[in-house]
Amino acid sequence: MTLPTTDSFVSNFELAGKLGSEPLWLRKHREQAFSQFSQTGFPTTNDEEWRTTSVEPIATTSFQPASENNGYKIEKQELESLSLGTPDEKRLVFINGFFAPKLSSLENLPSGLILKNLAEALRSEPDLVEKYLFRQTDEKAPFTALNAAFVKDGAFVFIPKGQTVISPIHLLFISTVDGTVTVSHPRNLIIAEEGSQATIVESYWGRGKYFTNAVTEIVVGDNASLDHIKIQTESEEAFHIATIQSQQGRASRFSSHSTSFGGRLARNDINSVLAAEGSECALNGLYMAGLHQQIDNHTTVDHAQPNSISRELYKGILSGEATGVFNGKIIVRQDAQKTDASQTNKNLLLSKEALINTKPQLEIFANDVKCRHGATIGQLDENAIFYLRSRGLGEKEARSFLTYAFASEMFNSLKITPLKRRLERLVQTRLEGPMS
Amino acid sequence: MALLEINNLHAKIAGGEILKGLNLKVNAGEVHAIMGPNGSGKSTLAQVLAGRETYEVTEGKVLYDGKNLLELTPEIRAREGFFLAFQYPVEIPGVGNAYFLKAALNAIRKHRGQTELDAIDFLNLVKEKVKLVELDESLLKRPVNDGFSGGEKKRNEIFQMLVLEPKLAVLDETDSGLDIDALKIVANGVNALRSKERAVIVITHYQRLLDYIIPDFVHVLSEGRIVKSGGKELALTLEEKGYSWLEKEPEGVLAQ
Ligand SMILES: Nc1ncnc2c1ncn2[C@@H]1O[C@H](COP(=O)(O)OP(=O)(O)OP(=O)(O)O)[C@@H](O)[C@H]1O
Ligand SMILES: [Mg+2]
Repeated sequence: MTLPTTDSFVSNFELAGKLGSEPLWLRKHREQAFSQFSQTGFPTTNDEEWRTTSVEPIATTSFQPASENNGYKIEKQELESLSLGTPDEKRLVFINGFFAPKLSSLENLPSGLILKNLAEALRSEPDLVEKYLFRQTDEKAPFTALNAAFVKDGAFVFIPKGQTVISPIHLLFISTVDGTVTVSHPRNLIIAEEGSQATIVESYWGRGKYFTNAVTEIVVGDNASLDHIKIQTESEEAFHIATIQSQQGRASRFSSHSTSFGGRLARNDINSVLAAEGSECALNGLYMAGLHQQIDNHTTVDHAQPNSISRELYKGILSGEATGVFNGKIIVRQDAQKTDASQTNKNLLLSKEALINTKPQLEIFANDVKCRHGATIGQLDENAIFYLRSRGLGEKEARSFLTYAFASEMFNSLKITPLKRRLERLVQTRLEGPMS
Repeated sequence: MALLEINNLHAKIAGGEILKGLNLKVNAGEVHAIMGPNGSGKSTLAQVLAGRETYEVTEGKVLYDGKNLLELTPEIRAREGFFLAFQYPVEIPGVGNAYFLKAALNAIRKHRGQTELDAIDFLNLVKEKVKLVELDESLLKRPVNDGFSGGEKKRNEIFQMLVLEPKLAVLDETDSGLDIDALKIVANGVNALRSKERAVIVITHYQRLLDYIIPDFVHVLSEGRIVKSGGKELALTLEEKGYSWLEKEPEGVLAQ
C-alpha cells in the first residue's frame, strides 16, 4: 500500500533543484532514487522493517522544501549552547539543510583534513565524492531514496591516511520554521582513511514542526578508528528519520554513540558492516521519550568476515505515554568464524502508559561464534526510592536521582569531558522537563 | 513531653499483623535498646517509624516531637530529624555516596531554614565525620553502598547519621556482621551524637554492643509488642536466659 501524500514530494522534485553543480552521475542517481521512492512510497507497518514504526504522521503531512533564505537568524547564545564546549571546535553548521558558512568554523584545520559541505566537495574533490557517495547505504530503502532524491547538501569529512584528529569535529544541523512545515534531507559522507583516527559529533536541534530526513555514510578504512556521536535534540513537534551506515575495513574500530531525546517521531537506523577481518564495532545508545513521543532505534551489526567483535548497549527511559522501539539485529555470515558479538538493551518505564517494544534478531550462519544478547524492562527500585527519601530527599528528586543514575552509565565510555558534561546536562534538563 | 510516644501501634504487611499494640516512650537525652527474637517485629517498627509505605498501620498513634508522625512523608520525617540506620542498607548503583548525602543534608537544612552548604563546606564537614567512623574516603566517591562490604555498609549508615545529625536515630542491628573494632567505631559514632536534645533507639541481638553504648532502658519486643522493659541489666539477663522465660510472664508488663 502506498500512502497518498508522496504527492507533495512528487510535485516538488523538479522544483527542488540540485545538489551543487551536479555532475551527470549524481543527476542520474537522484532521478533513480526519485522514481524508486515514487514507486514504493512511504513504508507502512506491513513492511517488515517498519512493523513497529508507523510513519503515518509524516506521510499525511504536506511538507515544503526548506528555502535557503527563510530569514532566520540564530542567536549567538543559541549557537554557543549547541557547541561542544571543546577548545577550538571545528564545525560545519547547516540551517534547514543549507550550509551556513558564517556559523561554521573551519579555520586552521589540521593539514590534510578535508572538512566542508558536500556541495563544495563535489566541486573540489569530485572523484572522492563519486567514489564513495551512495555506496555505503541501501539506496532502495524508502527514506534513503527520498533523501537521495532531494538532498541539497550535507557534510563532507575526509581524514587522510594515518592522520589522528584530536579534537572532535562537529556537524550541527539546525532546523527552524517560519509558519511553513519544511523538510530537509542532509546527506553526510565521512571517510576515515587507513590508519586514521577521529571523533565526529553529529547534532540535530530545532524549533517548531519540521522533518529531518538524514543519511550519514561512513567509511572506516583498514586500521582506522572512528568514534561517531549523535546528539538528537529535535523539537517536540519534529519528525526525525535518520540512517547511519558504516562500512569497516580490516582491523578497524568504529563506535557509535547515539543519544536520542527529541522529536514527536524519531527513528534511528544505525548499521555497521564489519566487512573485513579483525574489526571491532561498539554501538551505544540512550533514548529518552516522554509525553507522546515515539523514539525508535534499529541497529544492524553485520559480521561478514572472521575474528570481529561487536558490543552493543542501548538504554531507554520512557515516561508519559511515550513509545520506544529497540530492534537489534546481529548478522554473522558464513565466513565470519570466531565472531564475538554481544547486545544488551535495558529499559526503564516511568509510567504505566509508556511502552517499549524490544526485539533482538540474530541471524547466525557461522558455527564457531560467541553471541550473547539480553533485554530488560523494569521500573525504578522502590527500596532505593525509600532509602533516598528516608534521608530527606523529596520523592520526585529521589526518582530523578535514580533515573539519572540509570542513564549516566552510558556516558562512562565517553572520553571528551566537555561533551560528557553537555550530555549529562541534557539528560538532567529532560528529566526535569518532558520526562517528569 | 516525650520526644517519641508510640501508643497501641498495630501494623500489617501482606495481610499479616506484625505489630500488635506496641507502646513505647522515649525522652530526649535517652538511649533505648530493643531486643527480641527473630521475626518479632523490630525492623517492622523501625520501618513504620521511617514511613515505609509497604506496611499498613491499622491502629494506634505515634507522636514525634509533638507531631503526628504517621501523617508525615518519609522525607519530612527525615527533615524533622528522624533517622533510620537500615538493617539492610540499599545499594544504589550510579548515585554517588557524597553527592547524594549533600543533597540530603541540604534538603534538611533548607527545611530548617538554614542556608545550604556549598561544595567546600560540605567537603570539610564530611572529612571530619568520615574520620569518626574510620570510613575510607574513597567510599564517598563510590555509588551508595554499591559493592560495599557488610561492615562498610553499616559504617556508612553511621557516617550518614553523623552528617545529618538527627534528633532521633533508630539503629536497626547496626552491630550485626561487624568485627570487634568496627563495633567500637560504630559505638563511638553513636556516643558522639548523644546529647540532651537527642535520643537513640538501638535494635540489637547482642548485649555486647550495649557494653559500648550504654542504654538507659532495655525493652523486649516479642510478637509485635513490648513485653518487658528494664534497665541495662535486663540485657545481661536476656543474654543468659534467652527469651523463653519471658513468654510465661503474664501480659501487661508494660513499657515504662
Ligand atoms: N514483605 C513481607 N511480606 C510478608 N511478611 C513479612 C514481610 N516483611 C516482614 N514480614 C514478616 O514480618 C515479621 C516481622 O519481621 P521483622 O523484619 O520486623 O522482624 P525482626 O524482629 O526485625 O527480625 P530480625 O531479628 O530477624 O531482624 C516476620 O515474620 C517477617 O517474615
Ligand atoms: Mg530486623
